[in-house]
Amino acid sequence: MSALDYLVPYDFSPLTIVSFVLVLAFYGYGLVRMPAEDRPGSGRILVIVVGVMLCYGVMQTRFDYYSQYMFFVHRGQHLILHHLGPILIALSNPLPVMRFLYSLIAPGVRRALIPLGWVYRFLQHPAIASFLFVGLIYFWLWPPIHFDAMLSRDLYWVMNWSMLLDGMLFWWLIFDPRSPVTSDALGYGKRILLLAVVAIPQMILGAYIVFARGMVYDVYEVCGRAWPMPPETDQLLGGLLTWIPPAMMSILGILIILRRAMREDGKVSPYNEKLKASHS
Amino acid sequence: MKSRFLPCSHRTISAMALLASLVMLGGCFGDDENWNGKDISGLMPELAFELTGTSGETVTASQTDGNIRLLFFGFTSCPDICPATLQKLSRAVTNLPEALRTDTQIVFVSVDPQRDTPERIDSYVSFFSDRAIGLTGEEPALRELSKRYRTTFGYDEPDAEGNYNVSHSGAVYVFDREGKARLLIRPELSVEEIRTDLVALAEES
Repeated sequence: MSALDYLVPYDFSPLTIVSFVLVLAFYGYGLVRMPAEDRPGSGRILVIVVGVMLCYGVMQTRFDYYSQYMFFVHRGQHLILHHLGPILIALSNPLPVMRFLYSLIAPGVRRALIPLGWVYRFLQHPAIASFLFVGLIYFWLWPPIHFDAMLSRDLYWVMNWSMLLDGMLFWWLIFDPRSPVTSDALGYGKRILLLAVVAIPQMILGAYIVFARGMVYDVYEVCGRAWPMPPETDQLLGGLLTWIPPAMMSILGILIILRRAMREDGKVSPYNEKLKASHS
Repeated sequence: MKSRFLPCSHRTISAMALLASLVMLGGCFGDDENWNGKDISGLMPELAFELTGTSGETVTASQTDGNIRLLFFGFTSCPDICPATLQKLSRAVTNLPEALRTDTQIVFVSVDPQRDTPERIDSYVSFFSDRAIGLTGEEPALRELSKRYRTTFGYDEPDAEGNYNVSHSGAVYVFDREGKARLLIRPELSVEEIRTDLVALAEES
């Protein structure tokens, strides 16, 4: 196989390609047009592009083929779609670009977008967000559902997209660049709590897969593997990928939030008169 | 967290989320307890292929229409899964009522065209059953067919004698007379269970 064969999509999805192109195009347009003082630096631009391209890479290159026929590669794919990609995108803080793009939307259209805001706020309720984050992992890894998702092309795409979108929502809630003191962003304590709460069920599930005696996910057995590999090895590696990296990412997330909370300590006080008025 | 936009309490929202997920889960359980195999109706596209038959002729899926087809991917040098599966399918089909037996076809697709010549496939499948046909094709055609049914195959490195292992699907895809994907027979199903499914499938259409 030539290098080009590895880069072309295994399962070509026009919707996916159009979505990724639009995201990058809007971001690029915003960057060029926005006032220079708000423009993110090259480091942040690089981080978001890497995050977006990682997600694209696992969905629309040869990587997707291996994800469909190897359990551990599939776990790696979801690790990027649900964790690493969205983490990089959220950490790059695209908020100034999004604000600028939002300012270009006509007031009439903005009013039409209000219900979308309601849905967003519902999904970003900490209880709902953490339930969805863990729930989706358990849902798609529930053996009968997983079996169907790997057999049906449509379900497979729904699975991957739902993981990506939910990853973006959750990590944006966690790494929201706005300070909870001066905005209605989630408080740092709650963010840390959420990260710890979602880590535990992921560790339990990962450990369950690692220590399972029999085959938990026989769809890879039934449908053939990308290359002959002992099923136990595949399952073990997949379990480890479900267990260790997500736990590590939760800890890294906690450290990042702690650092931000410590930096803000004493800098902004909610007890000055102006903020007090707006908080009561 | 401000509750400006959230008129309902946390508990109500959590209950709603739980309910929604239960409804979602509930929707996933079909009436597949009627089948011993896995019901794949609606999950997979209808049967379509264009491959080479054992006399070197082109065979398309439509030429086999009207039969219940049991599609199986394998290779003739296969040490275990292929002979065991073909044996099982052959026994399940042999004891069917005569009218039904002649309406059922085992379609063996070799994914090892390097070693599996049409003659070799012919002697292989006819050893197992007179209701079996053997097919193969160029690798791209085989890749396309396996991709269509969400399966794949891969080759190991050849050893000193040039023998190599091939990874392939262990399942049998069952298509009804119209070519609709209906059941997936897992390797662990017994002959009796397969036969029951075949009879049930034949009786409904």
